[in-house]
Amino acid sequence: MDKIQLVSLSGSIIFIYIVLHQVWRQRLKEAYALLWVMTGIAFMVVSIWTNILTIVSDLIGIVYPPATLFLLMLMGILFIIFQYSLVLSKRAEEMKRLTQWTAILEDRIAKLEKDKKSVK
Amino acid sequence: MSTIPENLFIIVPCYNEAECIVSVIKELKAHLPDAHLVIIDDASSDASVEVVKSVLDEKITLLPLATNLGIGGAVQTGFIYAALNGAEYAVKFDGDGQHPADMIATLLSPLLDDSADLVIGSRFMANNDGFKSTFLRRIGIGFFAIVNSLLLKQRIIDNTSGFRAYNRAALEFAAKYYPSFDYPEPEEVVLFAHNNFRIKEVPVSMRDRVAGSSSINLRRSAYYMIKVTFAIFMTAMRPKIRR
Repeated sequence: MDKIQLVSLSGSIIFIYIVLHQVWRQRLKEAYALLWVMTGIAFMVVSIWTNILTIVSDLIGIVYPPATLFLLMLMGILFIIFQYSLVLSKRAEEMKRLTQWTAILEDRIAKLEKDKKSVK
Repeated sequence: MSTIPENLFIIVPCYNEAECIVSVIKELKAHLPDAHLVIIDDASSDASVEVVKSVLDEKITLLPLATNLGIGGAVQTGFIYAALNGAEYAVKFDGDGQHPADMIATLLSPLLDDSADLVIGSRFMANNDGFKSTFLRRIGIGFFAIVNSLLLKQRIIDNTSGFRAYNRAALEFAAKYYPSFDYPEPEEVVLFAHNNFRIKEVPVSMRDRVAGSSSINLRRSAYYMIKVTFAIFMTAMRPKIRR
């Protein structure tokens, strides 16, 4: 095994450990963790089985195999960021509804309290 | 005198309008003493909330939002409130004093004779000598007039006017689907027409704002044009929610 393979393999393992640790500490939701764990596993696979880069490069016509690695990385990151845009949009909609209903319910509480006082 | 229906809710979005919101409320009360006023404060940083609280009565509801939602989200809060509280008609009325309260009856009449579901107060109809916005904004207004008229097979001239009246079906729809933009008016026209609401324009004469500054400045207007146009086309391409 090459030096670089060892470095990237241990890097991937540390990365997966950090992700799993954050899930264990309940700071990262499982749904989002899965994306990162999959990324880590992909890195592990590439570290161990380096030939896969050459094979994929030949397949899609890239002359320089490390460029395939960068391409795959970029695509992965792009996918994860896009996923975040989706989540953010959903959150924005939920926040809007919550804000609207808080104001409406606040008014309802104030009116109920006023009614209660006038009954007493 | 034209008739003002019962269960009319006037939705007044307010964002940093402490200087003129009270005169707006007074004007509305003077012309429509029986209407319910719903003032939605969009997390103003000035004294808007305090100022409105000082003039509250049983016909005025103040809904202060915890965070700034932009005009679309604020107005929608008013529609939800109106729909929940048995509104038969709703009028959207700006908190900055640009809209004339004495024109509300005119705005409502196509709803009352059931010839429209949504009525837009238009600055660009008939011999109208009221305030017609600045040159640059008129270019934008002209642009939306062309885009929307092509999309809707109906000529709508003043797509950016926020002075509008809604019947029960339209206000219920707005409570559910109102566009949550900072600049929702042109998209709203497409959304309603696309979902088979009858839209009418009536000429109204507007004033220049009493205080405060427009929410759209020159730097952001290009961005808004693109964003709103994009939203309009997406709205027009979606399946219809209502037949």
